[in-house]
Amino acid sequence: MSDARNSVFEGPGPDAQFAQALAQGRFQIQHCSACDQHVFYPRALCTHCGSAQLEWVAPSGAGCVYSSTTVRRKPQAGGDYNVALVDLAEGPRLMSRIDGVPPDQVRIGMRVQARVIDDPIKGKLLVFIPEGATP
Amino acid sequence: MSTTSPLRGAAAIVGASLSGVPMAPGRSALEILGEAVHGALADAGLKLSDVDGLFTGSSYHFLAGLSVAEYLGIHPKFCEATMVGGSSYVSHLLTAAMALHTGQCEVALICYGSNQGSGFGKLKSMAETPLYEAPYEPRYPISSYALAAARHMHQYGSTREDLAHIAVAARQWAQLNPLAYAREPLSIEQVLASRLVSDPLSVLDCCLVTDGGGALVLVRSERAKDFPKPPVYVLGAAAATWHRQIGSMPDLTVTATAESGPRAFAMAGLAPKDVDVLELYDAFTINTLLFLEDLGFCAKGEGGAFVRNGRIAPGGVLPVNTNGGGLSCCHPGMYGMFLLIEAVQQLRAEAGDRQVPGAEIALCHGNGGVLSSQVTALLGTAATV
Repeated sequence: MSDARNSVFEGPGPDAQFAQALAQGRFQIQHCSACDQHVFYPRALCTHCGSAQLEWVAPSGAGCVYSSTTVRRKPQAGGDYNVALVDLAEGPRLMSRIDGVPPDQVRIGMRVQARVIDDPIKGKLLVFIPEGATP
Repeated sequence: MSTTSPLRGAAAIVGASLSGVPMAPGRSALEILGEAVHGALADAGLKLSDVDGLFTGSSYHFLAGLSVAEYLGIHPKFCEATMVGGSSYVSHLLTAAMALHTGQCEVALICYGSNQGSGFGKLKSMAETPLYEAPYEPRYPISSYALAAARHMHQYGSTREDLAHIAVAARQWAQLNPLAYAREPLSIEQVLASRLVSDPLSVLDCCLVTDGGGALVLVRSERAKDFPKPPVYVLGAAAATWHRQIGSMPDLTVTATAESGPRAFAMAGLAPKDVDVLELYDAFTINTLLFLEDLGFCAKGEGGAFVRNGRIAPGGVLPVNTNGGGLSCCHPGMYGMFLLIEAVQQLRAEAGDRQVPGAEIALCHGNGGVLSSQVTALLGTAATV
């Protein structure tokens, strides 16, 4: 994915590039070649060192639930759902949803794996499922 | 006092007023603001035409400084409407002290008004849901605070019952405040049994939705003794900003208060042991717990045990949120102003049944966004300057 000419300052920006990849079912994050750290959400500058040398990489998809909440919602509106913060193995933390288990069974510290799913309303959506669970 | 800051004690609050607390049905945000300004200027014995520095923020007006100046009919030389959420008014206190100290203005007015309680019945906000969080539908802002509470519980073993003690203490203070919105008795059991909104936070872990306004008038300290009311001096103030959205908060158990608090204390030449009364921005019960830890009133992770047994309630060793707080007094959307006005009332010994006897030093701590902006201020009586 990385392309030396594809500077964060040229053409469609990091947000658009992320969205385009996600629309194709691919989850990618940025890697800074100046400081060797990873960045998410997509940025024009590395939040660790300020460099613009950010390149897209495919993360391993492995993560760990850093925190989790069950958002309460009436059954007729779709029922309760999970909102979680996941720490990626590469370092960045992001908000997502843990699928594959009921919301009240999501645990902090749970090891999870990224999946891009087809959501009937939102289109391609990045979620995580517990390691070993069937999607 | 061991401080070298030229801002310590440089400015003083000489006028303060509330308006529309807790409800002002039929009145607009600017009308509520106008009433508070009228009250604060009368308190200071000043006229609107004396005001040449304006500090304000709004959930209703994108160009708040312009809208408020025009509404009041003033032409400020210095107009500041930095918007960092509910902490903005504590942040304005710092910039007002700077503007007065450097001669940018002679009379600084900090003001706020909101009718979100009677006008909307829910949080009125111009805040966007961050792009990368929106698809997961976190309930804004409670889910972000719930994630912090869940993490604190996981990491330190704090409990929903600990948080319930914070809600009950706030309610007990509110019962002493005739202006407070929620004054009926509240038990730990009632808090624990209340409806969960975003686990582990329930509806009684959340602040109120009310109306309300407030205004403060500040001048340079050399003039402060010429005013009718005892001046309240700005001893120290500091702000810290670490993130906007909760997913970018480095450690959900440590807020930027851990930075703003020590800097404010350093400016004031004070330590937590010197503080007589605390006003902490309690948008949710977890806030109070985190801020007590991050300000150094107890060790990190010990907030849950610290707030038990009425320690922060009326009659406890550490008076916290003596007006009843955002949880039980009022919360018109951005609560920062009410921290400051309650501190002024306490330091002037005007707080009636909830007065902390002999209060000389107050700490106000403002929170904005989702534990994002943290601003700490230390205020004191003439004896502390």
